[in-house]
Amino acid sequence: MKRFLYELSESWKIAAAQMRSNLTRSTLTALGVIIGIIAVTLMGTAVNGISIGFDKSMAVLGDDVLYVTQWPWKPVDDWWNYRDRKKIKTEYAETLNRMIAATPNSNLVIAVPTSNLMRSIKYGGNQVNNVFVLGTTSDFIVTSTIDCTNGRFFNELESRGGANVVMIGFDVADALFPSENPIDKSVLINGQLFKVVGVNTRQGTFLGLFSWDSMVAMPLAAFNKYFSAKSDSDVRVKVKDKTRLADAKDELTGLMRRVRGLPPEKKDDFSINEQQAFKSTLDPVKNSIAIAGLFITGLSLFVGAIGIMNITFVSVKERTKEIGTRKALGARRRTILLQFLIESTALCLLGGFIGLVFAYLMCFGIGKAFPSFPIHFSVDLVFLSMIVSILTGLFSGFAPAWTASRLDPVTALRYE
Amino acid sequence: MNSNNIRPLGPVVIDIENITKNYVMGEEVVHALRGVTLKIHRNEYIAIMGPSGSGKSTLMNMLGCLDTPTSGRYEFNGKSVAEMDDDELAAVRNREIGFVFQTFNLLPRSTSLRNVELPLIYAGIAPERRVERATQVLTDVGLGDRVHHKPNELSGGQRQRVAIARALVNGPSIILADEPTGNLDSKTGEEIMALLEDLYQHGNTIILVTHERDIAAHARRTVHLRDGLIEMDHAGFIPELDLAIESIPARSI
Ligand SMILES: Nc1ncnc2c1ncn2[C@@H]1O[C@H](COP(=O)(O)OP(=O)(O)OP(=O)(O)O)[C@@H](O)[C@H]1O
Ligand SMILES: [Mg+2]
Repeated sequence: MKRFLYELSESWKIAAAQMRSNLTRSTLTALGVIIGIIAVTLMGTAVNGISIGFDKSMAVLGDDVLYVTQWPWKPVDDWWNYRDRKKIKTEYAETLNRMIAATPNSNLVIAVPTSNLMRSIKYGGNQVNNVFVLGTTSDFIVTSTIDCTNGRFFNELESRGGANVVMIGFDVADALFPSENPIDKSVLINGQLFKVVGVNTRQGTFLGLFSWDSMVAMPLAAFNKYFSAKSDSDVRVKVKDKTRLADAKDELTGLMRRVRGLPPEKKDDFSINEQQAFKSTLDPVKNSIAIAGLFITGLSLFVGAIGIMNITFVSVKERTKEIGTRKALGARRRTILLQFLIESTALCLLGGFIGLVFAYLMCFGIGKAFPSFPIHFSVDLVFLSMIVSILTGLFSGFAPAWTASRLDPVTALRYE
Repeated sequence: MNSNNIRPLGPVVIDIENITKNYVMGEEVVHALRGVTLKIHRNEYIAIMGPSGSGKSTLMNMLGCLDTPTSGRYEFNGKSVAEMDDDELAAVRNREIGFVFQTFNLLPRSTSLRNVELPLIYAGIAPERRVERATQVLTDVGLGDRVHHKPNELSGGQRQRVAIARALVNGPSIILADEPTGNLDSKTGEEIMALLEDLYQHGNTIILVTHERDIAAHARRTVHLRDGLIEMDHAGFIPELDLAIESIPARSI
């Protein structure tokens, strides 16, 4: 054990001396690993960023909310069966709430109607197009992750009265009010003036998935007054206990069948969705992006590894006589194996470290230049790329080190 | 002649019987050793002589457990070498045998100290003890003031001293030297031989390959090899006899 430690530290010394005396060669070889680690690390940060953005976008949906919609949140092959379904009406929410109130021990808390369409919004000379306009009630706040640090969501009074008030998303506020506080200013939507009562805190957008940042929310009564019936509506229902989501789903299905007046032999003519369903359709997409990206960047690291392997073979060849001498002095096979493994690993670690520093600087730069770019540098990533460097070193050093350790002492000593 | 201070023989340490070694080179088979039988005791001082290509180095490598015979039996300290695994062989080379090469074989970028430390590292000795011991042995061979020199900063004789210090550092009982003075002038060669004589007097077994009569004259036993066979093996060095044998030209193969 002790001997192993001494041999290990000896191997590090040899590796360091070797790198110092072949500085140019080592640097050039390490360059391959540097580039490989930069590529892999950057891809790692992107995958990380995508994953975080994805989860954030998912969180917007809420994990304790069921969505009653016409179309299911998953790809369907028989779309014609869904096309002719009756639309979901916002009035269902009231009916559902009455039913929930009448059900003892209901697993449902509250139903909230939502309608939405895309409109442009103006304030002064600024305009934002394609804003997601949401009409809902003041109860909406219990079903969502809305978080107004500046101002507030509209209240029950405004909700019932259909007041011309809006809460606006962060990006909308940013675009319309670059230098003012939006609260109490009036914005123009569809020719109507709405007073801003709140600004939602920033959530970040991701791959065009839904984010509160580019939406505005107003009382449903006002929405219905000014916007035609061309909008999409659904009803979202908050669940009391999210660990019993399936029960809640069954209960809601029963209620909806009553709302729709479906006889027992008829199939459901609506869909009930939850975040999980959405996640499971998007997860494979996310995973294949990650796998494809890491595979492609992994190739560049592989090329770097081949470079290390090559140079380690050269090193073994050059020092054949030295290997023979070491064996004559009592070096065991594994001593020699260790020596060359450490040599290739040291090179890879050095390259990996330099690559990581570059990757970090690049991430930092990209983050500064394009704040919305999904990139996320983490401590895990540092450890991971160091481990990847070590593995690369072991992988690329193994064949040459094995060859060296198996050299016949006499043949090695005779080598000129 | 050194016959007056011959040390008493110890037990048999090297026992080889009918050793052969063939090298296959394409179609041709080179018979480097054709059946060598030899017993070496502790505290012997042997010179192996013979024309070039007679198999001296091959035999030395065999004795030093660096090479394996094609056939024959080799017992080192009563243990069959053929049955030793890599670890055991490495341990024998590390502790029982010290090698001295004609070309010194020092690690070029390492100081004398680091070179001499090497066998101690492989023996698992702690760093402080290593430096202490290596410095001691370097001082013993007269290089106390050359500890931090690299090989290219040393003369040939000094390099061979470093190599000898390295061979001695683990306190092996046997020193194998293959033409240790081959790359040195005769004066420096004599200094190296004085060092080996000293080691012999201190109880080491010395096996030496040489072409030179002056060098061979230091030994207490002379073995002549020719074409892979022992031609003669006798005590002491008898100039008339040994020179006559050596002057016979090698059989053309
Ligand atoms: N690795 C090898 N492959 C092929 N032939 C070899 C090998 N090693 C030695 N030989 C052959 O074996 C024979 C003995 O070689 P060896 O080196 O033992 O001779 P030597 O007595 O030491 O000669 P010298 O005095 O020149 O050093 C020679 O004919 C040599 O060519
Ligand atoms: Mg030879």
